[in-house]
Amino acid sequence: MLRDITIGQYYAADSVIHRLDPRTKLLATLAYLVSLFLFDFPGVYVLAAFFLALVVILSKVPFGYMVKGLKPVLFLLLFTVLMNMLFTKGEVLWSYWKITITKEGVMQAFYMAVRLILLILGSNVMTLTTTPTRLTNAIEAVMRPLKVIRVPVHEIAMMMSIALRFIPILLDETDKIMKAQQARGADFESGNFIQRARSMVPILVPLFISAFRRANDLAMAMEARCYHGGRGRTQMKPLRYALRDWLAYAVVLLYLAGMAVIGRRIFW
Amino acid sequence: MKLIADHLVYEYNRGTNQVVRALDDVSFVIHSGELLGLIGHTGSGKSTLVQHLNALLKPDSGSIYYDGADVFEKTYDRKTLRARVGLVFQYPEHQLFEETVFQEVCFGPHNMGLAQEQVDELAYEAIRRVGLPEEIADQSPFDLSGGQKRRVAIASVLAMKPEILVLDEPTAGLDPRGRDELLSMIVELRRKEGISVVLVSHSMEDVAEYVDRIIVMDKGRIRYDDTPKAVFAQYRALEEMGLAAPQVTYILQDLKAAGIDVNAEGTTLREAKETILAAYARLRGSGK
Repeated sequence: MLRDITIGQYYAADSVIHRLDPRTKLLATLAYLVSLFLFDFPGVYVLAAFFLALVVILSKVPFGYMVKGLKPVLFLLLFTVLMNMLFTKGEVLWSYWKITITKEGVMQAFYMAVRLILLILGSNVMTLTTTPTRLTNAIEAVMRPLKVIRVPVHEIAMMMSIALRFIPILLDETDKIMKAQQARGADFESGNFIQRARSMVPILVPLFISAFRRANDLAMAMEARCYHGGRGRTQMKPLRYALRDWLAYAVVLLYLAGMAVIGRRIFW
Repeated sequence: MKLIADHLVYEYNRGTNQVVRALDDVSFVIHSGELLGLIGHTGSGKSTLVQHLNALLKPDSGSIYYDGADVFEKTYDRKTLRARVGLVFQYPEHQLFEETVFQEVCFGPHNMGLAQEQVDELAYEAIRRVGLPEEIADQSPFDLSGGQKRRVAIASVLAMKPEILVLDEPTAGLDPRGRDELLSMIVELRRKEGISVVLVSHSMEDVAEYVDRIIVMDKGRIRYDDTPKAVFAQYRALEEMGLAAPQVTYILQDLKAAGIDVNAEGTTLREAKETILAAYARLRGSGK
């Protein structure tokens, strides 16, 4: 059950998207996310969805796997749709007691849902095709100019990569501990809310202990290898742009131009 | 009591491009009172297999029958099954969470829904059965030594009075003395109480001395299911699976190859000693 969580997980495959420089993917994803919110003419979403579909197909990540990433945010999605539908003023379509649904509300809710879905899928493509290490390398590289104003860029990137690296480890650990306690007759599913919360104790205590133990071991291992922060540190595989990255940037620029053309209704 | 594993198949990462077949058509039987060794290299599927024995994992096909009943049947009481088939995980001391050893050991029987009196009784009994002093009951489990913690974890499973005790790598991370003590405690438990024991290990030395029967797993399949002697006779094939026969087997084989008349089938230290001494006596007797 825990294995179903796909947020921040890497899906190994050999595709063009996987091979792109992580900086390209990071900046392209940011541009994509921004583009979703810049325009609100319905036509742009067709283009945005089409563009995303193309990237997903190129990435060789199964579509079903991609959609699984939407599950955890389903509640947020429904909530946004409902709120937009109920509280947007405009031409009344249907009303009952204090509830009124307007034409504008329905439209607004629909756009919001489409935007959110594209937003989540878009960022999922990035994390599914980029290993956490490469992603944090990219973040460090992109944020490097901030060093001038004394932002500890390297330290932030290191913390992020450690945190990301530990997500699957701790998920595995939780799975193991849950099974071990189930083998001792623990029951996590039945009972009322308080009973269920209490049944978490046998999972959380060992999980915290293990997290601290691992953190300790890691700190020790890093110190044993003379880690002392970012200064003078070089990388085994420095990031280098290849031709495909410039091509990817060109495609993204084309996409943005297309969005602008449709969104600003330049030709009609 | 009889447990039958019937054509188990289990795959990880189904629905992705990294499907791993962890169990591939695995069938065997555990008889009452048996001491069974389950060995295999890392990744051979042995840990996956033991999690099927108490229905923690559901096979993709095949099933487990406990006393004739299919444990993956919808209405089957799997909670009771988990008390009957006690599974001690690898590094079980990592699952401890209670304030005292006593409360820790009570967790299992308590979950079975027994009355407090009965739970107390089972807990004290279990602490005694694993050879821990009773004074330890009121201490925090986190203050104990590694070996003692492991015993507490085993006691917490034993307190549910299982008919089969499954131990996944029970000696991992213990020093040789702690290893021998723990294994002889388990053998003693089985001898006195007649429970079946499944000992999972990647080390031949661990299992050779104690078990009646060995199942060898490789790449999710059962390769051998036989007596230790018969299995270790195949030591060349075992090596190809990343396993090895006990060291004494190699010594005996080498002696035999050197023309000394020993019984090369020995798998335990005691057998090896006897056959080597006998050969030595014969050599001296013949005046060579």
